[in-house]
Amino acid sequence: MAEALDEALLLARFQFGLNIGFHILFPSITIGLAWIVAYFRIRYEATRDAAWLRTYKLWVRVFALTFAMGVVSGVTMSFQFGTNWPGYMNHVGNIAGPLLAYEVLTAFFLEATFLGVMLFGMERVSGRVHVASSVIVAFGTTLSAFWILALNSWMHTPAGHVDSASGLIAGSWLEVIFNPSFPYRLAHMLLASGITAALLVAGLSAWRLLAAPQDAAALKTLRFGARLAALLVPLQIVAGDLHGLNTREHQPAKIAAIEALWETEQGAPLVLFALIDEKEKANRFALEVPKAASLVLTHRLDGEVKGLAEFGDDHPPVAPVFTAFRVMVGMGFLMLALAWGSQPWLKDPPRWLLWTFAGFTFAGWIATLAGWLVTEIGRQPWLVTGILRTADAAGEASGAELGASLTAYVLTYGALLLAYMVTLTHMARK
Amino acid sequence: MDLPLVFAALMGVAMLAYVVLDGYDLGVGMLMPAAGREEQDLMVASIGPFWDANETWLVLGIGLLLVAFPIAHGEILGALYLPVAAMLVGLMLRGVAFELRIKAEGWQRELWNWLFWAGSTLASFAQGLMLGRYITGFEPGVGYWLFAIAVGASLCGGYVLLGATWLVLRTEGHLRERAVGWAKWGLMWVALGVALVSLGTPLTSETVRDKWFDFPRTLYLMILPALTIAAGFWTFSSLKKSDWQPFAGAVAIFVLAFAGLAYSLFPYVVMDRLTIWQAAAHPSALVFMLVGALIVLPFIVGYTIYSYRVFRGKVRGGEPYG
Repeated sequence: MAEALDEALLLARFQFGLNIGFHILFPSITIGLAWIVAYFRIRYEATRDAAWLRTYKLWVRVFALTFAMGVVSGVTMSFQFGTNWPGYMNHVGNIAGPLLAYEVLTAFFLEATFLGVMLFGMERVSGRVHVASSVIVAFGTTLSAFWILALNSWMHTPAGHVDSASGLIAGSWLEVIFNPSFPYRLAHMLLASGITAALLVAGLSAWRLLAAPQDAAALKTLRFGARLAALLVPLQIVAGDLHGLNTREHQPAKIAAIEALWETEQGAPLVLFALIDEKEKANRFALEVPKAASLVLTHRLDGEVKGLAEFGDDHPPVAPVFTAFRVMVGMGFLMLALAWGSQPWLKDPPRWLLWTFAGFTFAGWIATLAGWLVTEIGRQPWLVTGILRTADAAGEASGAELGASLTAYVLTYGALLLAYMVTLTHMARK
Repeated sequence: MDLPLVFAALMGVAMLAYVVLDGYDLGVGMLMPAAGREEQDLMVASIGPFWDANETWLVLGIGLLLVAFPIAHGEILGALYLPVAAMLVGLMLRGVAFELRIKAEGWQRELWNWLFWAGSTLASFAQGLMLGRYITGFEPGVGYWLFAIAVGASLCGGYVLLGATWLVLRTEGHLRERAVGWAKWGLMWVALGVALVSLGTPLTSETVRDKWFDFPRTLYLMILPALTIAAGFWTFSSLKKSDWQPFAGAVAIFVLAFAGLAYSLFPYVVMDRLTIWQAAAHPSALVFMLVGALIVLPFIVGYTIYSYRVFRGKVRGGEPYG
């Protein structure tokens, strides 16, 4: 029985992780791209230059397709909260529910309706109304990020709640929404989306230039994407550092897993690479920088960093958190190198640089997904830190039901993702 | 204030809005194979600005169920696990096919057209199946499943009727004439389906039987089927001479059928097991949401009407995203 339950829990987690991982790919583009497209639209309105109109029309198509992918995978999410995690709603539904409802009410209808005006209404409404529609769509996507990250942050660092006979309820909604990790997480995700979108714009423009070197508009958007990335990546490094300090304060077990630090230390070393041995609770073949973890996390050389031993068995699995964090940071520095290093060549980019940008088209996805893996696996074994364990929230769907639906989802997602990427690169080369 | 009742009403309105609004665009999707290539482009263009917002009503309806009646949400969606997954796959395929068919050429375009049809049909049928299982309280047994399958087929007919009358409203010339023919088919299909559900529900459920067959209340209640038949005739007789009346008639049929279902179910949110008061969330959560809903819903209704005004009139070809 226990084994069957474990298997169902594992399948439920895998299915939900697959779905939410698939879903986040698209908002992580559209939150940033919406503002970029709105900017292109505003430039056309201001200059009446046909080149800006062509640029807008190309990128609004990319935006529309990405947005549709986000909508359909998001509708799936709204069902899986209930089907896969009924215990979640039973325990914290009085907090999570209203935040989700506010997202639908204030953001989803707004962006969906004005996206219709934006995509199909250019000939039917005045230029000013059309510009306003594109800004409203961008505002709506950011607003939906606001609500969903408020909820996600509350699950990491719950605040503002009180106990009652019918489970947790909100004592102060302001404290629930503006919980300790929310501002950092929101800034981190908005910047991640800006960078993902900037590299997508630069990457697809590079694809275009490889096929049609004389395309002036593509050269312009390549420079735009590269410059935007050069601006946003350093900001992201600062935001990420602040987020890390906040996590050390509120979720020390996650930090210990990120650093693969088994015992509490003053002047803890920064482990660059290691093979994690979860059974023996040790790192093999570790490459370390002495005292660097303390410096990064406490901004002092001899600052104390808590080790995993402090948390007994209530700490996340170390290897996936440790690895995903290094992938995220590694991608961040590669992006920084590309965005800054390419600047001198952007006037007349050589082919090797175009190929590099083309290769980085979807690089934002890798960093964003890795970041989400760090933070979500890093919260385990909790679903809501200190309040609800993941195992206590799983549903009663049988292994067979989960298996059948999981197969259908995997096939659908795989096909859709392939179609999406092929279509984008094909559009760029046409 | 009776908060659970208020939220049951809000959820009902959201679900009805979803069924009518996404119903017409799912119906247009199911009618795709019946049309020629250029007509298909016009049909898709007629729903282009709206489908996304239409689908949002489903998220709101399910969201309200989740938020206001959390226990019922788990029970209902747990029991409907596989049909829900089928519906979601259908909605995904059609939503993405919508975008990709514009960008593809040759056989790929045909493939996305086919997936647009298949996704629309799968989602519609799965929704009907869910409804059929829901109103019979998820009872096991072949008879109940056959009933649910019949409801699935009937809802497809209802959406085809909505889609066809939508096309009567939004298109002209040859396509409009064909849509009139489709609407007649849809209407017959719906008549059969509504009759079947109206007879089948009291036969399978004692609760429903007691509610409807209790003289003299039955006499007042007969106004619902009478109005439904009148709406059917109105739809039929106005097909040739009016653009908007057939669609209004089809919407009226849905509103009346919905009223009948709501009457059958009330006060249960899970048939015979959970009432809306037993399943309701904590008042603190409900009040916070109600405040938000009362402030925001008028805006949503306002800009939805605005968007329908922007795109009023007959749809013409031309470049999408222009």
